Amino acid sequence: MTFQIELKGVTHAYRTASGPLPVLDDLSLQIPEHSFCAVVGPSGCGKSTLTRLVSGLMRPDQGEVWLSGQKVTGPRPTVGMAFQNPVLLEWRTILENVLLPLEIVKTPMSRAEGEARARHLLELVGLKGFEGKKPSELSGGMRQRASLCRSIIHKPDVLILDEPFGALDAFTREDLWCTMHDLRAEEPFTCLLITHDLRESVFLADQVVVLSGRPAHAQHILNVDLQGKRSLDDLYSQKAVEMLAVLRHQIQVAQGRVPEGAA
Amino acid sequence: MNDRFLKIGVPILFIVAVIAIWEWLVWFYQLPNYRMASPSDLIPKFWQFRELFVVASWETLWRTVVGLALAVAFGTGLGMIMGFSRIAREGLYPLLVGFNAIPKATVVPIVALMFVGQHDFNTVLIAFMISFFPIAVSVSIGLSTLEPEYRDILRALGASKFTIFWKIALPKTLPEFFGALKVAVTLAFIGTNLMEIVSPHGRGLGALFDSGRISADYPLMFAVLFMLAALGILLFYVVVALERIFAGWAERAPS
Repeated sequence: MTFQIELKGVTHAYRTASGPLPVLDDLSLQIPEHSFCAVVGPSGCGKSTLTRLVSGLMRPDQGEVWLSGQKVTGPRPTVGMAFQNPVLLEWRTILENVLLPLEIVKTPMSRAEGEARARHLLELVGLKGFEGKKPSELSGGMRQRASLCRSIIHKPDVLILDEPFGALDAFTREDLWCTMHDLRAEEPFTCLLITHDLRESVFLADQVVVLSGRPAHAQHILNVDLQGKRSLDDLYSQKAVEMLAVLRHQIQVAQGRVPEGAA
Repeated sequence: MNDRFLKIGVPILFIVAVIAIWEWLVWFYQLPNYRMASPSDLIPKFWQFRELFVVASWETLWRTVVGLALAVAFGTGLGMIMGFSRIAREGLYPLLVGFNAIPKATVVPIVALMFVGQHDFNTVLIAFMISFFPIAVSVSIGLSTLEPEYRDILRALGASKFTIFWKIALPKTLPEFFGALKVAVTLAFIGTNLMEIVSPHGRGLGALFDSGRISADYPLMFAVLFMLAALGILLFYVVVALERIFAGWAERAPS
């Protein structure tokens, strides 16, 4: 079976003034097409490094990253990215911001088709009527919604999200989780999400990968088997509570607070 | 108070008030006009030398604008190099600061000797030399402080360095650029006038000032200063208008 995203024994270190700082150690991941993978782990364990490696912004010291059966050697237009900081361009309207990737990536979409798609996506995330506004006129949550639209406007095979909901308040965050499910229902994509929020990982993902402390490897993989369309209520089901307990335990192990196996 | 009155009426009121205070001070202390000319002394001078004023203002204005245009081109280029390359930044900063620390009044006689007789060239050169520094610094800071995420959203799609510069770095630097340009405008005027005053057989408002000095026509000297201030304000607002057009997005709605 080929995977949409596959990491094979990825090892990476940053060169710092005080010698190399290893961040990833023999990390392997397999993410099937159209599935959603969340990566959690202690602070500073190399989660953001992972996104830069998968997107081709950086190359690993050792090991390989494969996307859609091709080895990653540099950035590629089939990837979409969104960060904790929505990084909208303040001099452009929301619509023009969403259209930005289409100015870089060659697509079969015409200008008019692209614009229609952008308007549709904005409507889907609840930003209808804000197309002509400037980012400074929008709230943080709305900016992040626009940023999500921009990350998928060019129909990427792979969407990489680096804590996009991290800076939002709890209610806005839960709202955006539901928006993510809506977007996926509308058009499937393979997603790699970096997060600090265990509830977020369980609610959104098909598999949750817990990274160990630095240098990180995949310490635990949890398959989230919540069937059907998920609602926020599912987070309070017995199943979800058990999964969250497992993840909490794994994080503590990763932080080195409790030994493996203790409960 | 409406916005139009605030933008036009208030500045004019302030200017009129300052002129009135000036007039009153000269009258109150009964200052002879070789110590301080009053605004009412200037009007006959403007009329008497009206043709000279028009010609000299034009000379000063075009040479300032050309010097400024060169400063924008060179300063932006230098700022780009320093913004993108750390080596260039570390290497060029001390040189640039040192160059800027040299008082341009001392450079003027050197340049005047170096390119003797080339009055237009010399004047433009000094206007340029005095005004490129703030532009180079602001562009380099704007580019070097660009948050990496801004670069990454385009780089992750395989955009070239030039595309990233054109679509993100350049527009994002514009507010800083215009801030520096406002400083550079007034500096360029200083440069132009230094040259005009110091050069023998100079032209422009600086030369008119100097001829007022030689013939002990003190109200004329003050009239020239007044004209220089007016031209400075004019050019400043041209920059403000350009800023409104190209970087108006950076201006927040008044709260």
